[in-house]
Amino acid sequence: MSEAPLMQRPNSWQTAANARLRMARFRQLLALASLGAVLLVSGCASEDGGVQSQKLAMIKSRGKLICGVDGKLPGFSFVSSNGQYSGLDVDICRAVAAAVFGDPTKVDYRDLNSSERFAALASGEVDLLSRNTTYTLSRDAAGGNGLSFGPTTFYDGQGVMTPRASGISSLRDLAGKPVCVESGTTTELNLADQMRQLNVAYTPLKFQTGDQTYAAYLGGRCVAVTSDRSQLAGKRTSFPNPDDHVLLPDVLSKEPLTPASVNADPAWADAIRWTVYALMQAEELGISTSTIDSKLAEAKANPNLAELRRFLGVEGDFGKQLGLPADFVVRIVKAVGNYGEIFDRNVGPGSPLKLDRGLNRQWNNGGLIYSPPFR
Amino acid sequence: MTMPPVPSRHALGRRLRSELFASPLDGVISVALIVGLAAAALGLGHWATTQARWAVIQANSTLFAVGRYPEPQQWRLWLLTTLLAAAAGLSWGLLRGLPRPDRPAQRWPRNDRLALLLLITLALLVPVSLKLSVVIQLRWWLITALLLILRWAAGRWAQRIPGHWQRWLPLLWPLLYLVGMVLISGGLGLIQVPSSDWGGLLLTLLEASFAILLCFPLGILLALGRRSTLPLLRWGSVLYIEFIRGAPLITLLFLGQNILGFLLPGGLAPERVWRAAWVLTLFAAAYVAEAVRSGLAAVPRGQMEAARSLGLPLPLALLHVVLPQALRVALPATVGQFITLLQDTTLLSLIGLSDLLFVAGTVMANPAYLGRNAEVYLTLAVLFWCCCAALGLGSRALERRLDPNPLPSS
Repeated sequence: MSEAPLMQRPNSWQTAANARLRMARFRQLLALASLGAVLLVSGCASEDGGVQSQKLAMIKSRGKLICGVDGKLPGFSFVSSNGQYSGLDVDICRAVAAAVFGDPTKVDYRDLNSSERFAALASGEVDLLSRNTTYTLSRDAAGGNGLSFGPTTFYDGQGVMTPRASGISSLRDLAGKPVCVESGTTTELNLADQMRQLNVAYTPLKFQTGDQTYAAYLGGRCVAVTSDRSQLAGKRTSFPNPDDHVLLPDVLSKEPLTPASVNADPAWADAIRWTVYALMQAEELGISTSTIDSKLAEAKANPNLAELRRFLGVEGDFGKQLGLPADFVVRIVKAVGNYGEIFDRNVGPGSPLKLDRGLNRQWNNGGLIYSPPFR
Repeated sequence: MTMPPVPSRHALGRRLRSELFASPLDGVISVALIVGLAAAALGLGHWATTQARWAVIQANSTLFAVGRYPEPQQWRLWLLTTLLAAAAGLSWGLLRGLPRPDRPAQRWPRNDRLALLLLITLALLVPVSLKLSVVIQLRWWLITALLLILRWAAGRWAQRIPGHWQRWLPLLWPLLYLVGMVLISGGLGLIQVPSSDWGGLLLTLLEASFAILLCFPLGILLALGRRSTLPLLRWGSVLYIEFIRGAPLITLLFLGQNILGFLLPGGLAPERVWRAAWVLTLFAAAYVAEAVRSGLAAVPRGQMEAARSLGLPLPLALLHVVLPQALRVALPATVGQFITLLQDTTLLSLIGLSDLLFVAGTVMANPAYLGRNAEVYLTLAVLFWCCCAALGLGSRALERRLDPNPLPSS
C-alpha cells in the first residue's frame, strides 16, 4: 500500500481517495466471502438434518469408528482366540458402529492404559472411550479432564468375597476376622472407612500385589478378600472350586463404569448417549436379537403402536435428529442385542464370570438401568 | 570371548572333579546347588506335565504368533518365513563355505553341529507338543528342512559362486527386509493390512529388527559426531545422546504416542506402530553411539594418522582403517544393546501396541483361560530366550570371524 504513491507520485488527496476506494472494495469482497461461507456451512448442515457434529462427519467420511478399550480386562475387553475383540465394553463400540454405519465390524480398536486414555481422547486419537472409566466429577468437569460421559453401562463397586463354608453373610460377621487386602489401593481405604462406620474391628492383612492377596486368601490366611466386584468374580473363575466362594451383597464403593467422548462435540456425545439408551430401552420393551424382526414387522403393520414405531424408526425422525440413520435402533439390536443380552453374554450367566445383574438390573426390576423416554 | 579348547572325553571327569569337588567345602556347595537345581527342575517338570493346562497356548498360538493379522492374508507371513529361512540357510552356509583366507575352512564346526541338533529337536518337538494342526506342523518341518538343505548346499558349493555375485550377497538381507515389509503391510497388488492388526511375535520382531537395523548406522554417525572437531556437530551429538540417555524409554514412548498427535495435524503423524519403531530406533541409537565411541577410543591414534599420511581422505580413512577396528571392539556391547532393545519392545504393551506381552495380557483376560498366567508367561520367556539366544550366538560367531588373532579351535 505504501509503495504505490511513491511510484506514481500523485497528490496527497488522490492517494487518500484511492486508499478509501480500495478499502471499500475490500470490505465488499469480505462481506461477499463471508456470506458465501455462511451459505456453504448452512447448506452442508441442512443436508444432514440440522446436525453439526464435525466428529460424526469425520467418522462417516473415515468409514471407521476408532474406539479406545482396555484390551485385557476379563469380560469387558479382550481378544478371543479367533482374533476378534469381545466383551461388554467392546459391544458398546460395536453398537455405536452399528448405529453410525449399520455394520458393527467397522471399528478400529485402540488399546489404552489408564494413564493415556484421556490424552488419547483429547488429542482425537479415539472417537469414543469405552474402557471401564469411572464417572467422576473431576473427569466430567470442563476444568478437569473435560470429558462428556454417556449413560453408565456397568455399575461396579467394591465387594467382599468369602468362602461359602465360613458362613459369613454380611460385613458385620467379619468382626475380629482377618481380611486380605492389596495395600496402597483405594479398596484398602474404602474397607477401613466402611468398617469404622459400622464400628466393626477386623484385622487387615496387607499384600503388595493382587496375586499375593488371592494366594493368601486361598491359603486360608484370611476369611475374606476385597476388590471390585467384577474383579472378584473374574478371579473366582480361576479358583480350584469357584462355587465354594460367594460375594457378599454389601457394596463398599460406587464405580459407575461409563463410556465417554470429548466435551467439544455435544452432538457426537448425544449420538453415543442415545445409542446406549437404545440398548437399555430395547431390553425394557422386550426387543432382542431373536424378537427384533417380529417386533419390526408388528410395528410396520400396526399404526397404533406409536411408541414402538417411533423407537424402531418406522415413524418420526429421531435418527435424523441425532445425525444417525432413521432405523439406528434396529441396526444396533440386530448387531449386538439389547443391554441384557450384552450383559449376560459377556459378564453374566452366559460367561464364565457369572456376575449377578445386581445394580445393573432394569429400573422396574430394582436396578439402576433406566433409559429416558424415546420421544 | 573365544571358546576354550574342548577337553577330550576322559578329561571331562577330571575337570568336573577339579571344578566341583576340589575341597570338602566345594563339594558341599556343589551338592547343595545340584540338589536345589534338580528339585526346581523336577518341580517345574511336574507342574508342566500334570498341573499346567497348555490348551491356552494351543488355542491362541496364532494370536501369539501374529496377533490379529487377518487369516486370509496369513499365507503372506508363511511365505516370508520361508524366504527368511532360505536366506538364513544360504548365509549360514556361505559363511562356512567361504572361510577367511587366514584360517582353515571348517564346514561343520562344533557349534554348527549343536545348532543343527537344536533346530531339528525344536522343529520336531514344539509343533507336536503344542498339538498344532497337521498342516501347520508340516509347514514348519518343510521350512526347517529348506533351511538345512540350503545350509548344506551353500556350504558345499560356495566356492563355485563367481566373485562378482559374492559382492552382491550382503544386499540379500536389506532386499529381503523390503520384500518382507511389502508382504506384511500389502501394496503392489496385495491387499493392505493396517498396522493396527499386526501383533504378537510378528510385531515384536518387526519393531526390534527395524530399530536394530537403523540404530546401528545412526549410532555410528552420532559417535563420529561426538568425536568430531566441528563444535556444532560435537555439541549437537553430545546434547542428543545425553538427552536420550537422561530420559526413560517409556517416557519417550509416551511422548511419541501422545504428544505427536497434538503437535502434528491429524493425517501427518505416522501410524502408531511406526512412531514407536522410530522412538525405539532413536533411543537405541544414543546407546549404540556410546558403545561405538568406546570402540573408537580403543583404536590407537596412530592408525588414523598413518592412514591420513598415506594420503587417504578422512572418510576413506574412517571407513577402511578406523571403523573396522572400532566396530570389532564395540561389537559385544552393541549386540548387548540389541538384545536389550528386543526385550524393551515389551514396553510397547504399555502404550497399547499389541506386542507379544500385550497379546499375552489379552489372552489371559479371555474368561475361557482365566488363571492360566503361569503357562502364558513361561511360553513368553521361552520365546524371548530363543530370540535373544539367537542374537547372542550370531554375534559370537561374527566376533570369531572378525577376530584377527583367533585361538586355534578344535
